[in-house]
Amino acid sequence: MTGFKRHLVRNLQLRNLLPQLLLIFLFIGLIYYFTYNAGVNMKARNISSGFDFLKTNSGFDIQFSLIPYSGSSSYATAYLVGLLNTLLVAFFGIILSTIVGFVVGISRLSDNWLLNKFAKVYVEVFRNLPLILQIFFWYFAVLRALPEVDKSLVFFQSVFVNIQGIYVPKFIFTNFHFIFYGIVFSILSIFFLNYFSKKIFYEKGVIVPVFKISLIILIIFPIIFALLGKTTYIVEYPTLKQNFGIFNYIGGTILVPEFVALTLALSMYTAAFIAENVRAGILAISKGQKEASKSLGFNNSQSLKLIIIPQALRVIIPPTTNQYLNLTKNSSLAAAIGYPDLTGVFAGTSLSQTGKAIEIIFMVMVTYLSISISISILLNWYNKKIAFVEK
Amino acid sequence: MYKYFKLITSASLALCLLTFASVAGTKDDVVKRGSVNCGVSQGVPGFSNADAKGNWTGIDVDVCRAVAAAVLGDAKKVKFFPLSAKDRFEVLKSGQIDVLARNTTWTLQRDGGLGLEFAGVNYYDGQGFIVRKAAKINSAKKLNNAKVCVETGTTTELNLRDYFNANKMKYEPVAFTKADEAVRAYDSGRCDAYTTDRSGLAAQRTKMKDPKEHLVLPEIISKEPLGPVVRGNDENWLNIVRWSLNAMIESEELALTSANVDAQKSSTNPAVKRMLGIEGDTGKHLGLNNNWSYNIIKQVGNYGQSYNRNVGPSTPVGLARGYNRLWSKGGILYAPPVR
Repeated sequence: MTGFKRHLVRNLQLRNLLPQLLLIFLFIGLIYYFTYNAGVNMKARNISSGFDFLKTNSGFDIQFSLIPYSGSSSYATAYLVGLLNTLLVAFFGIILSTIVGFVVGISRLSDNWLLNKFAKVYVEVFRNLPLILQIFFWYFAVLRALPEVDKSLVFFQSVFVNIQGIYVPKFIFTNFHFIFYGIVFSILSIFFLNYFSKKIFYEKGVIVPVFKISLIILIIFPIIFALLGKTTYIVEYPTLKQNFGIFNYIGGTILVPEFVALTLALSMYTAAFIAENVRAGILAISKGQKEASKSLGFNNSQSLKLIIIPQALRVIIPPTTNQYLNLTKNSSLAAAIGYPDLTGVFAGTSLSQTGKAIEIIFMVMVTYLSISISISILLNWYNKKIAFVEK
Repeated sequence: MYKYFKLITSASLALCLLTFASVAGTKDDVVKRGSVNCGVSQGVPGFSNADAKGNWTGIDVDVCRAVAAAVLGDAKKVKFFPLSAKDRFEVLKSGQIDVLARNTTWTLQRDGGLGLEFAGVNYYDGQGFIVRKAAKINSAKKLNNAKVCVETGTTTELNLRDYFNANKMKYEPVAFTKADEAVRAYDSGRCDAYTTDRSGLAAQRTKMKDPKEHLVLPEIISKEPLGPVVRGNDENWLNIVRWSLNAMIESEELALTSANVDAQKSSTNPAVKRMLGIEGDTGKHLGLNNNWSYNIIKQVGNYGQSYNRNVGPSTPVGLARGYNRLWSKGGILYAPPVR
């Protein structure tokens, strides 16, 4: 070997880089090969491809949609309907599972024997049953227990619960934007309140009841704004209509049972895991912290709120992020009970009506990836914010 | 260096293997495998349904059995793959199954845009509605504001919208992936009506808590020619499936049954002789033995036998023959000549 060649072989940097470059090259080649192969096969079998179908009429209706949609809307609109329905379930599921998870997790460490055991049974039951069974349970078992439409359960003469859904009155506003301004204004005021209450606390040692005042602000300002802006509303009550032997509630807002069942199943299931995260987080804080807070004169709830939870959150958040992601992805089981989520509407109905498998699956995968990554980024940011600042 | 060389060689070898996989025709694959892979429903009594022992029966099942009898000489050599409506075409396209016999409606878009071919029609159907008798309606035109349970990814879903729009009625669809769940939701009261092909209504009704509580409405809102489907890139296989079905229909016309087929071997009728492979070379054109159609009749029976055994008036499904009678008996079932 000449000196130059020997130099190349012995160059440590090059030797480290080369296999990685090769691997990347092979990987790109593999992807290209599969794409090319799929293209050739599809052409050979006369399967049309491309994203043109997104503009064509879908031709099918969707029972539950947050935006205006009908069968004469495009497949792109159907995609949006599915995406919003998925986000809706994920949003409410995450909120509900967090609340239930925290309550159960803290109960799990309670000195109250009954509460403690109840929380334990909850966790063991809900995390050990397959999710799809739980969804079927909420949908089919609980649904069947509800009365038929003409024998609905009535609450306050305005909320009707029956086997076909929960019907609540619908508020139709004029000049709604003034209420919105009111809400924005009250949120800003709460920020100021927070700032000044801290200042007062540090300077004078007086504790300002921030939470109660915030609550009052949040209610009063929107009302004042609404009065100033002459906001009016009418209430549309659901009314029972009879068409031969078929009864129906017309008007109002409807919560479809598919949504209720799916949200409940996902939250109850995920809450069991979050409860364990919460328990682990609290147990991770050394006993000395609690004893120290007690000796400083904090009562039980103050010590939990001000000393234990803020520290425990650093342990709780990373695994809970995983649970939020799981919940979002698990919402794709919706199609089994007919809730029109992204997977059901787009990767299900749209796929089989158009046959554009590769395009649609690609879109759906990218969408779920984006949702998951957004949730991760948000929670990582929060986790960093509450982390110890080491000096 | 040698290490990397090994890595690269094995990687490129793997790539080559991937490239050369699956180029043989479907028939060769079937013969080599020794069984026909048949996509069926997840349980529609009379069409494709498994009993407690896992034995599949139904008129769709019989199409697959006929193909197995023709190609392999044994109607039992079929492997069944229960599929949901929304997955069926993708599974067929990917090559996991050889024939899709799953009460599938023949439409232009499926024939032209999916890279598939329909091999014929084994049941002429139309879409209908079933409602509870308590609803006190006797016509689909009175279904305004009804909630309708439906299976997703079907032509049914599209016809449903067309029908309600054309009649200026409102409705709310509740779409399920599996027919089982759609029926269960309707049966539990989530929906006022359930819609599918009328044959399917009759079949699913047998699964309901109290079949007598329900009424099939008289309206037929669509044409639903149901038939077996194959991939569009294998003409020989398409012909085998198409003519296996045609042989079943034509043998009914020739009054050949699984019971009398051996006795009929001595028949002087040239059409019968061709059908039994005694004359002509029908097998050669399909790349099969000349006794392919004899095997079908002997082991599966003719179309009428299959119909009566699976969905006929004496079965729980109880469908009158209707349109599905032979053309010579007032129906529209018409097979091109097997010659």
